Amino acid sequence: MATPIEELGHDALAKKGWFGAYRWLILRRITQVAILGLFLLGPVAGVWILKGNLSSSLLLDTVPMVEPIVFLQMLAAGAVGITTTTVVGFLIVTVFYALVGGRAYCAWVCPVNIVTDTAHWLRRKLGIRSSAKISGQARWWMLGFVLLVAAATGSLAWELVNPVSLTHRGIIFGMGAGWAVILGIFAYDLLIARHGWCGHLCPMGALYSAIGSLSPVRMRSDNREACDDCMECFEVCPEPRILPPALKQGMKQGLPPAVLSSLCTNCGRCADICAKDVFAFGLVLPRERMAGPSREGAAKAVDEGTIKQAP
Amino acid sequence: MAKQVSRRRFLTDMARTACGVSLFALGLGLYARRGHALPAEYIRPPGALDEDSFLAACTRCGICVRDCPYGILKLAELGGDNPATGTPYFVARTGPCEMCEDIPCIPNCPTGALDHALTDIEKARMGLAVLIDQEACIAFQGLRCEVCFNVCPVRGKAITLEYQPNKRSGRHAMFIPVVHSEYCTGCGLCEKACILEREAIKVLPIRLAKGELGHHYRLGWKEKAKRGGSLVTPDREHKFNLPEGVEYDYSTGRIYMKKDGGKSGSADDPAKPKGGAASILNRGIQEAK
Repeated sequence: MATPIEELGHDALAKKGWFGAYRWLILRRITQVAILGLFLLGPVAGVWILKGNLSSSLLLDTVPMVEPIVFLQMLAAGAVGITTTTVVGFLIVTVFYALVGGRAYCAWVCPVNIVTDTAHWLRRKLGIRSSAKISGQARWWMLGFVLLVAAATGSLAWELVNPVSLTHRGIIFGMGAGWAVILGIFAYDLLIARHGWCGHLCPMGALYSAIGSLSPVRMRSDNREACDDCMECFEVCPEPRILPPALKQGMKQGLPPAVLSSLCTNCGRCADICAKDVFAFGLVLPRERMAGPSREGAAKAVDEGTIKQAP
Repeated sequence: MAKQVSRRRFLTDMARTACGVSLFALGLGLYARRGHALPAEYIRPPGALDEDSFLAACTRCGICVRDCPYGILKLAELGGDNPATGTPYFVARTGPCEMCEDIPCIPNCPTGALDHALTDIEKARMGLAVLIDQEACIAFQGLRCEVCFNVCPVRGKAITLEYQPNKRSGRHAMFIPVVHSEYCTGCGLCEKACILEREAIKVLPIRLAKGELGHHYRLGWKEKAKRGGSLVTPDREHKFNLPEGVEYDYSTGRIYMKKDGGKSGSADDPAKPKGGAASILNRGIQEAK
């Protein structure tokens, strides 16, 4: 029985208390703000832990980090100026997110996430249900074209308008007209398309999805038998179409009890909102990932009507 | 039947997405091309690659901004006539480069956007100072200023003072600042120091500040110096079409009165004819008429 939208989260709040019902959300917000804070600590207080911004940075004046999409654009633009530091910085970031991924960057680091989450929250509060339909493939097209434009112009063209770096750099170094872009994303997510930017278009999300596609840190659903079909996780999940294989539908197909889609941002909202504690972070090792159902078994289950095809 | 419809729909969706995203990419590409020329008043940090390469190499991280001890560097904000979003720059009139000896803005650059090979700040070429308004510069009024000369960190080399007679007073010198591109780093300290309401000396991008001699030009005296002597055999027998009573001296390259010539000249001293050498030279012209 699906919970009415007005009662979203009430069960979790009653059962787990305020912190239990918002634990991962609070931790995410703390992380996002803390990362911004570490970058600001230098210029404001003279304590240099992180220097630079998300595009590339220096940890404790020694460890370089380079944003993968910046590195790929450099390659596409003609690989001018790539040094050992650049490659090392790129590898550090890439390996880190390949391990803790999914799109952990999107949920735990990206400042635009706060903007689009707010838009989504307001959308729910205002009862805006209509949404433009955007292809699920659009972000991959975006990623492709970002690299194509970099190659065609011989410059990091996407970084002229990239909302993620604009926002982050803007907060640390000065915003200029960057506010207009952030406002545009907010309005777009609020009025035009549900999860419109992060869930469909952002090429950085696409790249992190590819990087973290085999990461072992996953939202597990070992307790999925307890699911009572309240559908609240679908309401709060930024990528709701990735949930069914981890829940009862996947159970019937013999799929592992975990959200395995690379689109998962590891945000933990499903774990927060679930009053039955179906979800919890855990590890999914390659062996378990490979143990998917046979095609025949899945087809048979569909034929027998024991599971429904995903809409 | 159902399958056909879904395929058509799949293709339509695909085409729609492709169109939407390509339109966006086209817009982005055009916007990016527009940003390829750095406006003249903005100067890149020392060691910056040429603008095209810089825009492919700079990650827009701002580490150089943080490492500049004078805080003159800024990251460009989106909008207006600003440099490419997020790239570092400074404006000489408000905050020139102080030319630190250890160039702290360069070593932490995560890419080669700022050339790590640059270790001598005097080799930096951020731009070139040009004394662009000789009407407003008070040195050209015959007034003593020389502030640009005095603040120049490449002292006595990048800016020198050339003396010119002051024709207005008739008895004073004008101390004219002259910039030498061989030494000027484009730091902008002169532009910042210029005492005028609006500066007469400005750092310009080298592409705007410098001319370029045609590559086919060969300057005779330089070629001669390179070779260590004349490039053609001296033609001692060459007959200069000189007026009567005048000869050419090969060693000095000058024209002299013939010691023995000038029968029509004064009887007192043939070497110093009446009316001087000019009258002899002019005589040929008058006779031709």
